[in-house]
Amino acid sequence: MKISVKALLLIKTIIHLSAFGTIFYLYYLIDLDLLGADPVKEMIHFLGKTALNFLLLTLLVTPLAKGLKQPLLMRTRRLLGLYCFAWACLHLTVFLWLELNWQLAFFIDEVIKRPYLTLGAGAWLILLLLAITSVNVLKKKMKKAWFTLHRFVYWAVLFAVIHYYWSVKSGLIEPTIYLLICLLLLAQRKDYFKSLLFKSRSKIRK
Amino acid sequence: MLIKIRKKSDLKESQITDHSVYLNRRSIIKTLAFTAVTIPFVKPAQAGLFNLFSENENGSDNSGVIFARSKLEYLKNSNHQSLSPITPEKKILQYNNFYEFGTGKADPFEYAGQFKVDPWSLTIDGLVDKAITLNYDDLLKRFVIEERLYRMRCVEAWSMNIPWLGFSLASLIKLASPKSAAKFVRFETLYDPKQMRGQGSSRIGGGIDYPYIEGLRLDEAINPLTLLSVGLYGKTLAPQNGAPVRLVVPWKYGFKSIKSIVRITLTDKAPVNTWQKIAPSEYGFFANVNPDVDHPRWSQESERFIGEGNLFAQTRKQTLPFNGYQEEVADLYKGLDLKRYF
Repeated sequence: MKISVKALLLIKTIIHLSAFGTIFYLYYLIDLDLLGADPVKEMIHFLGKTALNFLLLTLLVTPLAKGLKQPLLMRTRRLLGLYCFAWACLHLTVFLWLELNWQLAFFIDEVIKRPYLTLGAGAWLILLLLAITSVNVLKKKMKKAWFTLHRFVYWAVLFAVIHYYWSVKSGLIEPTIYLLICLLLLAQRKDYFKSLLFKSRSKIRK
Repeated sequence: MLIKIRKKSDLKESQITDHSVYLNRRSIIKTLAFTAVTIPFVKPAQAGLFNLFSENENGSDNSGVIFARSKLEYLKNSNHQSLSPITPEKKILQYNNFYEFGTGKADPFEYAGQFKVDPWSLTIDGLVDKAITLNYDDLLKRFVIEERLYRMRCVEAWSMNIPWLGFSLASLIKLASPKSAAKFVRFETLYDPKQMRGQGSSRIGGGIDYPYIEGLRLDEAINPLTLLSVGLYGKTLAPQNGAPVRLVVPWKYGFKSIKSIVRITLTDKAPVNTWQKIAPSEYGFFANVNPDVDHPRWSQESERFIGEGNLFAQTRKQTLPFNGYQEEVADLYKGLDLKRYF
């Protein structure tokens, strides 16, 4: 049975509600001072992990739609992706504002110096480009280039999980789980990575 | 005599909202609304966060019990009284790295409440003429307990100011009469997986090979700054802070200040400390606080000070060489390349 447009609307509503629920949950943690003694760090982690969760969900859409033969599900992909970008922006904003007090020069210095920050910034830039080009008009105008660009989301997720893995001192279990889920989702796109390899090889031969 | 005839429209006494409830009406409504919205999101993994504030709620195993600390008599050490602001006691008690009780910052507070500190036995042995064993009472009564306000700088780039109670390690080492061959001091934390959940499970304990080991050079150990702490904020230590006895080496990163010590051994070889064993490229033997030597993955130039206030009150401060104790300890490292021996 194919899901109806009505069911799609329900799924989208659930996505909106969970995104706003998370915002309220965060507000509640802040309001009641439940973020512990080092609240800025706690909040940055919370925002980053939420962005990552939405990114993984975004990448789950295509395999799910194909596997379940539910093409309508594809229509949730942009929504999830944009929410991921919104969380990533909050993550970056809180880091710049509460952690670094807008010392932009120091920020740029650190991004260049620390591999985990370089990867995080890389992931955010990719998400920025994808968010800007997510409108239908641009998708139509860009034609094939749009698909080439939007496949960079695979690199964004890879950068993001490594960024998380390298940012912690210990307690590697959770980042490892994220890394495994990411690799599992990317394994669904092995053709893309194979074609990259093939292309670069054929270039060398030429 | 007042005869009150109640009109139908008058409110009964029982219908009037208590004034205090009235005053709190907004926060009550807010709490109710948020509870309704957020209950579906509260997963067991986050239970720790909530138990912090609903003290005895969670009845599972030994979590949620608050450890009882007792008052200590002490003298104020006048050399170490000028430090402010002091980190609030609650934050010192509820924000800890003590992986023996779990890797989360709130885990030690939550899971250490029933830790047994009495009876305790601390042995000083190795290259000494007189090996000594101290019991719980010895720790609290044999030495003059003094209060010292020290900075604490964690390798994770956060810091606190803490009013420790204790005595200098030098006075204890002196009692044991070290042999001339003794060059290093090795410290060991209690190993008791039954009481310390992280030691029994590598998932909870961060995969560390327990017991936790630390080490100092002998001259570092007998420096007057080096403290064996038995209390803070006027009371005995709580287990999450390393009860009943812990090391405090204020010019080194926090992980050097080993907790809940059972054995102090004088040796002629440098002990391999736990974090050095885990990641030798990231954590060295010395681990002196040094803003010029970055952790390989993050900067050590500045730190988040944990003081009063919430999210928006966070202050960053510049990290000082030797955590501000340069005058007292820089001589110990004359001629040593601190970038190489980090």
